[in-house]
Amino acid sequence: MGLFNATARTMPQQKLVGQITTFWVIAASGFRRYSTYRQATVAGTFTNTVFGFLRCYLFLAVAGGAVAGGYTPGQLVTYVWVAQGLLAVVLLWGTPELADRIRTGEVTADLLRPVHPVTSMLAADLGRAWHAVLTRCVPPVLAGLIFFHPYLPARWHTVPLFALSVLFAIVITFCCRFLVNAIAYWLLDVRGPLMLWTLGAGVLSGLLFPLRFLPDAVLLPLWLLTPMPSLFQAPLDVLVERDATPVQFGIVGLQACWLVVMLLLCRLVQRRAERHLVIQGG
Amino acid sequence: MTVIEARALSKAFTVSVKKGRFRRERRQTAAVDGVDLRIDRGETVGYIGPNGAGKSTTLKMMTGVLMPSGGEVTVCGLVPVKQRIRLALRIGVVFGQRSQLWWDLPLRESFALLRHIYRVPTADHAARLLRCRAMLELDEFLDTPVRQLSLGQRMRGELTAALLHGPEVLFLDEPTIGLDVVSKQAVRAFLTELGAAGDTTVMLTTHDLADIERLCRRLVIIDHGRVVHDGTLEALHARYNSRRRVVVDLDEPPPAPLTLTGATLDATELDGRRLTFGLTTGTAADVVVQVARSAAVRDISVLEPDIEDVIAKLYKNT
Repeated sequence: MGLFNATARTMPQQKLVGQITTFWVIAASGFRRYSTYRQATVAGTFTNTVFGFLRCYLFLAVAGGAVAGGYTPGQLVTYVWVAQGLLAVVLLWGTPELADRIRTGEVTADLLRPVHPVTSMLAADLGRAWHAVLTRCVPPVLAGLIFFHPYLPARWHTVPLFALSVLFAIVITFCCRFLVNAIAYWLLDVRGPLMLWTLGAGVLSGLLFPLRFLPDAVLLPLWLLTPMPSLFQAPLDVLVERDATPVQFGIVGLQACWLVVMLLLCRLVQRRAERHLVIQGG
Repeated sequence: MTVIEARALSKAFTVSVKKGRFRRERRQTAAVDGVDLRIDRGETVGYIGPNGAGKSTTLKMMTGVLMPSGGEVTVCGLVPVKQRIRLALRIGVVFGQRSQLWWDLPLRESFALLRHIYRVPTADHAARLLRCRAMLELDEFLDTPVRQLSLGQRMRGELTAALLHGPEVLFLDEPTIGLDVVSKQAVRAFLTELGAAGDTTVMLTTHDLADIERLCRRLVIIDHGRVVHDGTLEALHARYNSRRRVVVDLDEPPPAPLTLTGATLDATELDGRRLTFGLTTGTAADVVVQVARSAAVRDISVLEPDIEDVIAKLYKNT
């Protein structure tokens, strides 16, 4: 039993190396968690692909073979199918797991670990997103390539910039979901805010339709004052090369700003919540 | 060396009470009300009290997940809420009604994940896990996802998870709640050995007083947020005058009422053929000898003081 003598000895690693390792391992656990639900993955992929056909035909019909909102038909095809592929990767509408954990008091376990809860949840979410990239993203994109004539990027920097933009979109969406869920620290029941988010996120992020269809008077404040276009519109606009190169970089730069703001906001909200916290249920 | 110290620790919750169709009144309810406590390294302390007494609230403040309303608390020299992440490396916590394991992952993977999160040296982790596997019989369900484990299996997993990083303090909040007899015995045997090792401080809250009798040298009883007893179990028995009892079965009732030295007659049953004596200054042997002088003794039994009776008396009196 001497093994259990109180030592609390940690590995003699540098702090940063230790933190990166921990982050990586939690991310891997997020991947592993989602990989256990194979049937759900298949069902979700199938549904996304079917809806891809519906949306693609709808947009092509609206465009009527011409340029609409600055997008050619080929760019619209790419926009729709990649959006369908990113749906589970960026995950606008996940289960309100954190809100449920707050409501039931299970959030205690998150607070008792030697990792900041926001960092830990973000790492797990990145693992989940990587799983979705490999399973949920590829089939719809392949369907678009096989059955339609999508626009393929022509500039060398577009694909890596798109990958970075998707990563930013995943993190910003995580922050948005975290903030909506964190309302449960104060309200306990987040069904109302969640419904608002579900509705607003689909419309204002560029998922349901390209925001460039909107008039500039609406579009500009939306881009500059809210993180919403950073969730879908930004990576998709970068990929379809709708704008010139400097604008592409500008879009990702704006995403980077929102990423920093949102992460700081999450940590601030978490700190406030911990001071306010009432653990439910004894 | 003091590991846990609380001074005038308190926590008040605001409760809304309906006072009409639209009106609500907000009231402050004290869950913990000025608790003073010092616990030294290696002590195993039973922290008990009736439902709503403030046990779990105290533990949550000590582990840093709940902000105290007043007073001070330090654990391992750290202020729990302010230094929660540093403290988490040095404590282990089991909340019997909650899980710290990953629902979708097998236990083995949860343990591996915890090794990285707590940055435990590989050899230490492997050795501790091996010991837990043997003592808590984890092998048969080590590869089962946590969501498919029975309560007893999960609790053994929780206990292992709380200990793999070698915590200096182990907080256990009702660790045997809902467990069957075999699982309870496994958990108690494990904790007994842990306590015997000597330097892990254990703070245990439970409603199962057998846990306390088996594991705790020191007992802290809390009611309405205040400490109402802090001492050994024996001290509690002495305080409530609970005594060993001797039950004597006779062939025939004694010809005259018995008056014994060193014991009092507490109960008479079976038409006077069963007498129960409470020992005051005498021994069980003294009682038997004195009774045998007056009547033929058929059988005797000695009953130890019942902790449940004492605790029930205490709860009623506070």
